Amino acid sequence: MEKEHSMEQKSSKVIVVTSGKGGVGKTTTTANVGTGLAKLGKKVCLIDTDIGLRNLDVVMGLENRIVYNLVDVVEGNCRVKQALIRDKRHPGLYLMPSAQTRDKSAVSPGQMVKVIEHLKEQFDYILLDCPAGIEQGFQNAIAGADRALVVTTPEVSAIRDADRIIGLLEANGFKQMNLIINRLRMDMVRRGDMMSAQDVVDILAIPLIGIIPDDESVVVATNQGEPLVGSSSPAGQAYANVVHRVEGKEVPYLNFDKGISFWTRVTGIFHRA
Amino acid sequence: MRHFFRRKSSCQIAKDRLKILLISDRVNCSPEVMELIKTDIAKVLSKYMKIDSENMDIQINTKGNKSGRGGKMPSLYANIPIVDVTAKDLAK
Repeated sequence: MEKEHSMEQKSSKVIVVTSGKGGVGKTTTTANVGTGLAKLGKKVCLIDTDIGLRNLDVVMGLENRIVYNLVDVVEGNCRVKQALIRDKRHPGLYLMPSAQTRDKSAVSPGQMVKVIEHLKEQFDYILLDCPAGIEQGFQNAIAGADRALVVTTPEVSAIRDADRIIGLLEANGFKQMNLIINRLRMDMVRRGDMMSAQDVVDILAIPLIGIIPDDESVVVATNQGEPLVGSSSPAGQAYANVVHRVEGKEVPYLNFDKGISFWTRVTGIFHRA
Repeated sequence: MRHFFRRKSSCQIAKDRLKILLISDRVNCSPEVMELIKTDIAKVLSKYMKIDSENMDIQINTKGNKSGRGGKMPSLYANIPIVDVTAKDLAK
């Protein structure tokens, strides 16, 4: 117990969710991990750092409540508190939206650090949704963070970009980096047509924190603007496990083979070399 | 059993491609630079022995060297055929 407690105190609380490549699930991961932490009773602030192409508000279902945004805070048009949208469904969950009509140069890494320092005192966790790419938007997003979740899918292009991002994070002094493998399809892995989670971990060589199966419910959840973490769907369970691991708990990985049909099982035997 | 019916799996192809791709990404070494390194090595070695510079092969890979992230520190391997070791006697 003693040991666990000291681990918890050490755990960093400003986490950037990044990937390099676009469309691999950064925003979905930020929304789900953030919502999951709030469900555990933590006070969580999500910051969308993708200036010009904001999305986190839509995934969270909070797009109609935006008054002020990150750029307004940085430029002094409003107080930090005024830009925070409280998610009424989950006590303790807040979103700072990004600006839609500005570009990345509206905010500097130094300004981001200032905003985060201000928020740090009030929240248990601050999650930063990083834009795709490695330019200023990326630099802004990582400036105030001390821990990173690197999201990738089991595809050559996404893994290549993730490797680049990991190199850049290392160069920026990040010590705690964890890998989330998104959209894994066990049926394809079994056929030998998709890299397994182990293959990806072997290549990228940073500690794994989550495997999210390819799941239609993610699309449904995004349609509805309600993160699916904690639901009975495979992705909902997988995200709930990620949340516990972020909290420092050890959770066994899910077995995604459960849902497969009898026929797949039978043919699966022959496909295994 | 699969091996009788199918060729290399696309998963294996992806892994093989990534292995090569990431090595060149990580060392940030373009093919042009590799060519320059190759000619320079050939030039230096030619002072001491006769080498087959046409068939020499140099590459950067991750074999054996266990440092850096996950033991993936790249290292330079060179395979240089020697035509005649005694061809150039330095004493002369």
